[in-house]
Amino acid sequence: MKPSRVRIAHLYPEALGTYGDGGNVDVLAARLRWRDVAAEVVTVHVGSPVPTTCDLIVIGGGEDEPQSVAAAELAASLPAALDAGAVVLAVCAGLQLLGHTYSTTSGQTVAGAGVLDLTTVAGRRRAIGEVLADPVDLELPRLTGFANHAGETRLGPAAHPLATVVSGPANHPGGKDEGAVQGKVVGTYLHGPVLARNPGLADHLLQLATGLDLEDLPDEEVEHLRQERLGHRPGPRLRWR
Amino acid sequence: MSRRPRVAAAARHWVASRLALVAGRLSRLTRRGSGSSITGRVLLLLSPGSLARLSRDRDVVLVSGTNGKSTTARLLAEAWRVQGPVTTNGDGANLAAGVASALLTSSHRRVVLEVDELALPEVIARTSPALVVLLNLARDQLDRVGEVSHHLRLWSAALRSSNVERLVVNADDPLLVAAATATPVPVSWVGAGLTWRKDAQLCQRCGGLIDFRDDGWSCAHCGLSRPPLELRLDEGTLWVEDAEHVDLDLSLPGRASRANAAMALAAARELGVEPALAAPRLARVSDVAGRFSRIRVDGRDVRLLLAKNPAGVEAVLDIVAPEPGPVVLAINAEAPDGRDPSWLWDAPFERLRRRPVVATGRRGSDLSVRLHYAGVEHLTASSVKQALHLLPTGSCDVIANYSAFSMARESLRAGVQM
Repeated sequence: MKPSRVRIAHLYPEALGTYGDGGNVDVLAARLRWRDVAAEVVTVHVGSPVPTTCDLIVIGGGEDEPQSVAAAELAASLPAALDAGAVVLAVCAGLQLLGHTYSTTSGQTVAGAGVLDLTTVAGRRRAIGEVLADPVDLELPRLTGFANHAGETRLGPAAHPLATVVSGPANHPGGKDEGAVQGKVVGTYLHGPVLARNPGLADHLLQLATGLDLEDLPDEEVEHLRQERLGHRPGPRLRWR
Repeated sequence: MSRRPRVAAAARHWVASRLALVAGRLSRLTRRGSGSSITGRVLLLLSPGSLARLSRDRDVVLVSGTNGKSTTARLLAEAWRVQGPVTTNGDGANLAAGVASALLTSSHRRVVLEVDELALPEVIARTSPALVVLLNLARDQLDRVGEVSHHLRLWSAALRSSNVERLVVNADDPLLVAAATATPVPVSWVGAGLTWRKDAQLCQRCGGLIDFRDDGWSCAHCGLSRPPLELRLDEGTLWVEDAEHVDLDLSLPGRASRANAAMALAAARELGVEPALAAPRLARVSDVAGRFSRIRVDGRDVRLLLAKNPAGVEAVLDIVAPEPGPVVLAINAEAPDGRDPSWLWDAPFERLRRRPVVATGRRGSDLSVRLHYAGVEHLTASSVKQALHLLPTGSCDVIANYSAFSMARESLRAGVQM
C-alpha cells in the first residue's frame, strides 16, 4: 500500500545549501510524484529543531560559520528524529556535521551530532574534482559526483564507507573510502547534486523511507548524463586567453 | 632605497614592458587571443613590481563583486570621460595580469578596472586605488573562487592595510556591509537593491538570521542593519541624498543594469562628476563586450545574454522576451566557468516552463537533467547554432555562461555579415 504522503525535511537551507544542495530535495520529491506518491517538502529554518515527523531528512553542505550555526541544533535534535525512523542523506558539510567532531579552517574543534562514527579534521589542501566511486554494501550502479571539501574524514568501525573511489578525491587523501553509511544514515562528499546524477541512490533512500517497491522510471536525460560522466569524456580543450 | 636598486628596478620594468608588448603582439598575430593576458603575464613574471609602478601617480578606481563588474566598470568609465580620457580593461581580463596589461597599454591618468573577486586583495595592495566599488557577493565558481565568507575576510584584511580613500558599497547586500564596516575606510552607501538573497541570509558578523524588508534589512541577533543611504535606486530613478533625483533612461535592459548604473553614478559622484551630468552618457551604452547585443542569424534576431551563476540567471530571466519567446541555454564548465555545474540547481529555471527551450553547451546534459526535474520541456542540441535551427524564425534570447558565451558569440558572428 502506498503511504498517503511522504514528508521530506530540507534542513537549514540558509546555512547548508551552498552547492545546489536543494537539488537533492527536488529530485526526491519529483521521483515520488512521478510514481503518484504525494510528497511534501518541509523547509526547516535555522533556529528550529529537526522535526520528528518526517520520513526523509536532507542535510546539505555549507561554509564554516553557517555550518557551526547548524551544528548545535543538529546535535540536540537529530537523534530523536532518527529514533522516530527517519532516513537521512547528509552531503559534504552535512556528512561532517553528523560525525563526532570536525574542525574548522581556523582550527576550532566543533562537536557534531555523533550519529555517524567518523571524525573530520581540517586538511591542508581542498580536495576538488569529479569523482567516480563503486558502492560498497548497496547494490547500486557506480556513483558520479563532484567533491569540494577541505575536511579530511576518517571512519570508525560502526560506519561503513558508502563507496570505494575509482577516481577523484576520497574522504581523506591517500584513502579510497567515499562517504559513510550507518543504519538509515547515508553521508557522502559527492554533490552535483548527488541524487540528480545517481537516481539509483535516490530510489534506494525512497525505498528505505517508504518500504515501497518502486517501479523504474524512464530516466532518459539522467542516463545520458551518467554515460557522459562515467565515460568521463571531457570535451576538446578550449583555448583560453 | 639607494640609487642603484631604483635604477635596476626601472631598467627591469623597461625591459619587461618591451618583452611583454612583443609577446602580446605575437599572440594576436598568431590568433591565440586578444593578447592582453599574455602581455600582463610576461610583464609580471619578469618584473613583479611593475603593477605598482604603472599605478603610480594615476587615479585608480577598482570595481569588484560577483555580478555586474564589466557593466559597472564600462558605465563608470563613460561617466568619468566627462573629465577626460580613461584607461580601462574593457576586454574583461580582470585578473592581475589583465589589469597590468591595461595599465601598460594605455597611460591615461584616470583608470577604471574591473577586478575578479579573488584577485581583488592583491590588486588593491599593488595598485593603491583611491576608490573601490563593491557591487554584490554571491556564490560563483565555488571550485575555483571558494566560498563567500572566505572572500569577505580577505577583502576586509586587504582594505585595512591599504590606502584606499573611500568605498562605494551596495548597502542592500548585508555581506558587503559586514565586510566594509570591518575596515576603517569611509563608505558611500548606495541602495542599489539585491534580488539574490540566498547567500546573504545569515549575518556575517554573528551568524544570526537577516530579516529583509522593503525598506532595508537588519540582523535580528546583533542589530547590524542597512546603513543610511547616500544614493538610493527606486525603479528607474536614482535619488541623491533624498533631495535631487536623476532618471536612468538606459539602453541596457533590466533591474540589474539599473543597479549597475546606480553604482557607477555613485562612484562618478565621488570622482567629481555629478549624476545629472553623467546619466545621459550612460543611456547611450547598448552592449558591454557583446552582452545584450543582437545578432541576425539565418533569419533570426538573436540576443546574447550572459549568466554565470544562480544570481546571474535570476537577473537575466527578468529581461528575456515575454512568454512564449524561445530561449536557448548554453552551459559549459571550462576553467573560466568553474568545473562544477552544481550551481544549476540553485538557479530558478522553473521560470522557463511556458516557452520553447533548447539546452546546449559542453554541459548540456547536466542542464537537461536540471530542466527535466524543473518540469521544463526542452530539446537538446550540440551547439547554439544548431539550437537556433530547432526554433521557429523570429527573435530568440540566448543565455550562456562565460566560455559558452564567448563560443556562441564567435560562432554566430562568423556566420553573419558584420
